[in-house]
Amino acid sequence: MELLTILLDGIAQMGAGIGAGIAVIGAGLGIGRIGGSALESMARQPEVSGDIRANMIVAAALVEGAAFFGIIVCLLIALAG
Amino acid sequence: MELLTPNIGLVFWMSLAFLVVLFVLRKFAWSGIISALKEREDFIERSLKSAEEAKALMSSLKAENENLLAEARAEREAILKEAKEMKEKILADAKLTASEEGNRMIAAARGEIEKEKNQALSDIKKQVGEISLEIAERVIKKELSDKGAQEALVEKHLSAAQSN
Amino acid sequence: MNNTKATFLALALVILTSFSSFASGGHDNHGEAEKFVPGDVIIHHVLDNHEIHIGNFHIPLPIILWDNGKLVGPFSSSNLSHGNSYLGYVMDHEKIYYADETGSKVILGYDEKTKEPIHSKPLDFSITKSVVGIFITSILMLLMFFAVSKGYKKRAGQAPKGIQSALEPLIVFVRDEVAKPSIGKKYEKFMPYLLTVFFFIWIANLLGLIPFIGGFNVTGNIAVALVLAFITFLITAFSGNKDYWLHIFWTPGVPVWLKATGLMILIEFIGFVSKPIVLTLRLFANITAGHIIILSFVSLIFIFNNMYGAGGGFGVSLVSVIFSIFMFCIELLVAFLQAYVFTLLSALYFGSAVEEHAHEH
Repeated sequence: MELLTILLDGIAQMGAGIGAGIAVIGAGLGIGRIGGSALESMARQPEVSGDIRANMIVAAALVEGAAFFGIIVCLLIALAG
Repeated sequence: MELLTPNIGLVFWMSLAFLVVLFVLRKFAWSGIISALKEREDFIERSLKSAEEAKALMSSLKAENENLLAEARAEREAILKEAKEMKEKILADAKLTASEEGNRMIAAARGEIEKEKNQALSDIKKQVGEISLEIAERVIKKELSDKGAQEALVEKHLSAAQSN
Repeated sequence: MNNTKATFLALALVILTSFSSFASGGHDNHGEAEKFVPGDVIIHHVLDNHEIHIGNFHIPLPIILWDNGKLVGPFSSSNLSHGNSYLGYVMDHEKIYYADETGSKVILGYDEKTKEPIHSKPLDFSITKSVVGIFITSILMLLMFFAVSKGYKKRAGQAPKGIQSALEPLIVFVRDEVAKPSIGKKYEKFMPYLLTVFFFIWIANLLGLIPFIGGFNVTGNIAVALVLAFITFLITAFSGNKDYWLHIFWTPGVPVWLKATGLMILIEFIGFVSKPIVLTLRLFANITAGHIIILSFVSLIFIFNNMYGAGGGFGVSLVSVIFSIFMFCIELLVAFLQAYVFTLLSALYFGSAVEEHAHEH
C-alpha cells in the first residue's frame, strides 16, 4: 500500500512534468511560427513592420496564455501530489 | 499551491494602493500631461504648417522678383540694342550723305573745270584764227604789192601743178 | 572600456546578491538542517514574506490581522520570528495561525483524505514584502508623474527636459501604439488607466529585478496580477456598449439553435470570464518564472557545492553567473514586454467593448 501511494505519487509528478513539457512544446511551436511569419512579412513589407510587430506580440501573448493554462494545471498536479 | 492562492491581505492593499494611484494621477497628472502633449503636438503641427506656407510665399516672392529682374534686364538690353542700332544708322546715314555731297561737289567741280577748259580752248582757237588771218592778210598784202613776185608765185604754183 | 566596466559591475552585483540572499534564505529556513533543498528555497524567495532581507539584515514588517471583526496590530513581525507565539498567534512558513497556550498551532480537525491537520487562521492584512513593494511602486509613480506634470505646466509648449523627456516617449508610446490602434476614437477615456497600469507593472517588474533590496516579487504575486486583471475586467464590463453585450448574449451570424440552447452564450461567457484569468496568469507566470529561473541558476552553485565540494561549486558558479546575467538581460526585456502586453490586451478588450459595429458582418 505504502509502495503503491509512492508509486502513484511519482506517476502524478511525472505526468505533471511531461504535461508541462508538452505545453511548452506547443507554445514554442506556436510562437516560433508567429515569429517566423512576422519576420517574413516584415522583410516583404518593411513599411508596415510596426503594425506587424504589435500584432505578433499580441498573438504570441495569446499562445503563451494558453501554454500557461497547461503549465498551471501541471503545477497544481505537482504541488497537490 | 501557495503560489497560486491569492492572499486576501495583498489583494486588499494592492487594490487600495493601485486605485489611489490611479485616481490621484488621473486627477492631477495624466489629464495635464495628455492635454499638454496634445497642445504641443498641435502647436508643432501648426508651426510646421505656417513655416511651409511662409516658405511657399517666399519662393513665390522670389520667383516674382526674379521675373521682374529678368524683365528689367531684357528691357535694358532692348534699349541698348536700339541705341546701338540708332547710332549705326545715324553713322551710316551721315556717311552716305557725306559721300554723296562729296561726289556731287566733285562732279560739279569737274563740270566747271571742263567748261572753263572748253572756254579757254575756244578762246585760244578764236585768237589763233584771228592772228592767222591778220598774218595772212599782212602776208598777202605784202605779196600783192610786188608784181614780179606775184608772177613768180604763179609760176611756181603752176610748175608744181605741172610736175604733178 | 565602459562596456567591460559595466559587465564587471553586473557580475559583481549578481554574485553578491545571490550569495547574500541565499545566506539569508538559508538562515531563515529555521536552521533545522544544513541540507539545501533548492525547490523550497526558490519558492520561499518567490513567495511573500513578513520581513525584508537586505544582505544579512532583517527588517521586520508590521503585522495587521483581522480577527473575527476586530483589528489586531500593527505589531512587529519580529515578535513572531523563530516560531515564537505572540498575542495568541504563531507564524509558520509566513502564514499566521491561532496559537494555543503552548505556542503551537490550534488544530481544528483533520482532513478526510490526507489526514493532515487543519488549522484556522485570522485574515492577514499585514504590510508584507510585496505590500512594501506596491507602496514603493506607488510612491515612485506619484513622484515621477507629478514631476512630469509639473514640467509640462512649467514648460508649456516647449521641449521636454529631465525626467519629462525620459518618460514622454513611453507616454506617447502607450497612446500611439497601444491605445489609439486598439481602441479607436474613444481612446482618451481609457488613457489614465492604461498609463497607470503600464507604468505600475513596468516599475514593479523592474523593482523585482533590482538586486540587494530584498528580492521583491510584486507582479509575480498572483494577488497583484489578479487585482490588475480584475480592474481591467470591470472597466471592460462597465464600458461595454449594446453591441458588446449583444455579441455575448445573442451573437449575430450564428445559427439560432445554438443561441437558443444557450451553448453560444456559454462559450461567449467563458471567453468573457477567461480573459482576466489569462491576463492574471500571464503576468504572474512570466514574472515568477523569470525569478525562478534566475534563482535556479544560482541554486546550481549550491547543489554542486553539496555534491562535489567547494571546487564543484566554484566551477559551476562561473557558468551559472553568466547564465544569470543573460537571464537578467532577458528579464529586463520581459519586464517591459509584460507591461506592454498587459496594457495592449487591456486596450484590446476595451476596444472590443466600445467598438461600434457596422451591422451586419
